[in-house]
Amino acid sequence: MAQAKLHRKEQVTGWVFIAPALVLLGLFMIYPIVWSLWMSFQVGKGMNLSFGGFANIVRLTKDAVFLRALGNTFTFFVFQVPIMIVLALLFAVALNDSTLKFRGFFRTAIFLPCATSLIAYSTVFKSMFAIDGVVNQTLMELHLIASPISWLGDPFWAKVLIIMAITWRWTGYNMIFYLAALQNVDRSIYEAARIDGVPAWARFRYLTIPMLKPVILFTTVISTIGTLQLFDEVYNFSAGTGGPADSTLTLSLYIYNLTFKFMPSFGYSATVSWVIVVLVGILSFLQFMIARDRRTS
Amino acid sequence: MTFALVRRGLIYALLSLAAFISIFPFYWMVVGATNTSAEIIKGKSSIGSALITNAMAFFSQVDAVRIFWNSGVIAIVGTILTLAVSSLAGYGFEMFRSRIREKLFGFLLLLLSIPFAAMMVPLFVMFSQAKLVNTFTAAILPTVASIFIIFYFRQATKAFPRELRDAAKIDGLKEWQIFLYVYLPVMRSTYAAATIIVFMANWNNYLWPLVVLQTADNKTITLILSGLTAAYTPDYGLILFGTVLATLPTLIIFFLLQRRFVEGMLGAVK
Repeated sequence: MAQAKLHRKEQVTGWVFIAPALVLLGLFMIYPIVWSLWMSFQVGKGMNLSFGGFANIVRLTKDAVFLRALGNTFTFFVFQVPIMIVLALLFAVALNDSTLKFRGFFRTAIFLPCATSLIAYSTVFKSMFAIDGVVNQTLMELHLIASPISWLGDPFWAKVLIIMAITWRWTGYNMIFYLAALQNVDRSIYEAARIDGVPAWARFRYLTIPMLKPVILFTTVISTIGTLQLFDEVYNFSAGTGGPADSTLTLSLYIYNLTFKFMPSFGYSATVSWVIVVLVGILSFLQFMIARDRRTS
Repeated sequence: MTFALVRRGLIYALLSLAAFISIFPFYWMVVGATNTSAEIIKGKSSIGSALITNAMAFFSQVDAVRIFWNSGVIAIVGTILTLAVSSLAGYGFEMFRSRIREKLFGFLLLLLSIPFAAMMVPLFVMFSQAKLVNTFTAAILPTVASIFIIFYFRQATKAFPRELRDAAKIDGLKEWQIFLYVYLPVMRSTYAAATIIVFMANWNNYLWPLVVLQTADNKTITLILSGLTAAYTPDYGLILFGTVLATLPTLIIFFLLQRRFVEGMLGAVK
């Protein structure tokens, strides 16, 4: 009897501890999500909405600007996430070597970009990548380029700049996750492999990668979500236009424009936001599948 | 032997290059604050003499006290509330297991993958119907319960010794007392790491404040900087001066809590 009473009391206490979070999440996350799903089937301007069935989804397929934004977002994802994850892994493995000098300095330096706001660093980058700016000057002095690159004015280079900027900002962040995970790895496995004459690259491929797989998966999913929601940097680099010529327009920026810049069409912008949800779902699922396949083989 | 030496050299070269690329924009930002806009976009990377001019221009265009007050209140109040609500939830989920709550936790983790853009429009409509647009309440409330931070605290709580809780119970402490006087001090590193993550996210938050804070006197420093950068010919001297000011608080927090941050991350990844 006393045991059961104690058990019931514990159960109630459990709910009390999570109640504040649940109330807030329900009000400011779950309710808006359900509402936005409902909205995505509504058509009309401003708050004059009516049920439109699949009209918004049909509109998506004919909307050249949306398709542009989708393509751009996907381009950023495909190039940026792998480059960053590989770099972060390399730095983490290099810094995990306890015989390395200046480890603390290197770690702090590479992590430092995370202390900047997305707006602050993209502003700094914008001034560095001006046509006669410090980056072009340096590249020309090193004879890597013959004439200045129009980083902000050329559709191709504008994309490259965004990818470089995001990589600068987030590589250290991911590296910290890998470093933390590496410190939990039993050193004797490495020692044994080294004594057995397993070369460094093979230790990396067959020991480090498999052991870090859960963390790599976690950071890949988090980075995918982040990149698919890309907004601050492109907004700041292009002064809100997604230019030059829509070349850096992302889905989030398009949603913002649909909602707050043009005649507000809440229904249609909700539909576009659910495209991101679906994309994140598909990509995360694929990433989980790839991670699982490797485990069984 | 020489091969190992060459590899060592390559690793140092790679890390030095990475460190240089990571730090240079900070150097550039500080030096830029002392140069004129024309000098900055011409790539001048040495200290100039325009610091006072830039500072005067910044303070005459921006009501700095007001703006930093706005950013500070939103970030600090938001951080305290987030840490309180999320650590309570993380403790609750980990210490009191039940089948329903495990399912609920799994469901919350799924929600983590839904981007903010999908909630933004309904949230904006909600706050405008409640006549709360353009208030700090609106800027803070949706950020308070963070699934990521709840997850983080739950992971870290796995390392919290249960015997401590049992001992405290025998001593007659109530559950809230255990949380406050036993759990909280033991989990200092976790709180420190969470403080860094949450404070930086709040101080640097952009999209939601952009949507919900509309008049100039309510804007945060991040919004103001972005507004200045969007000008047709941005005055980079004054902007970089403002950027230095805006980056200082997060840098200070980072350096103060750095050691605990790494410890806290270690605890959560274990």
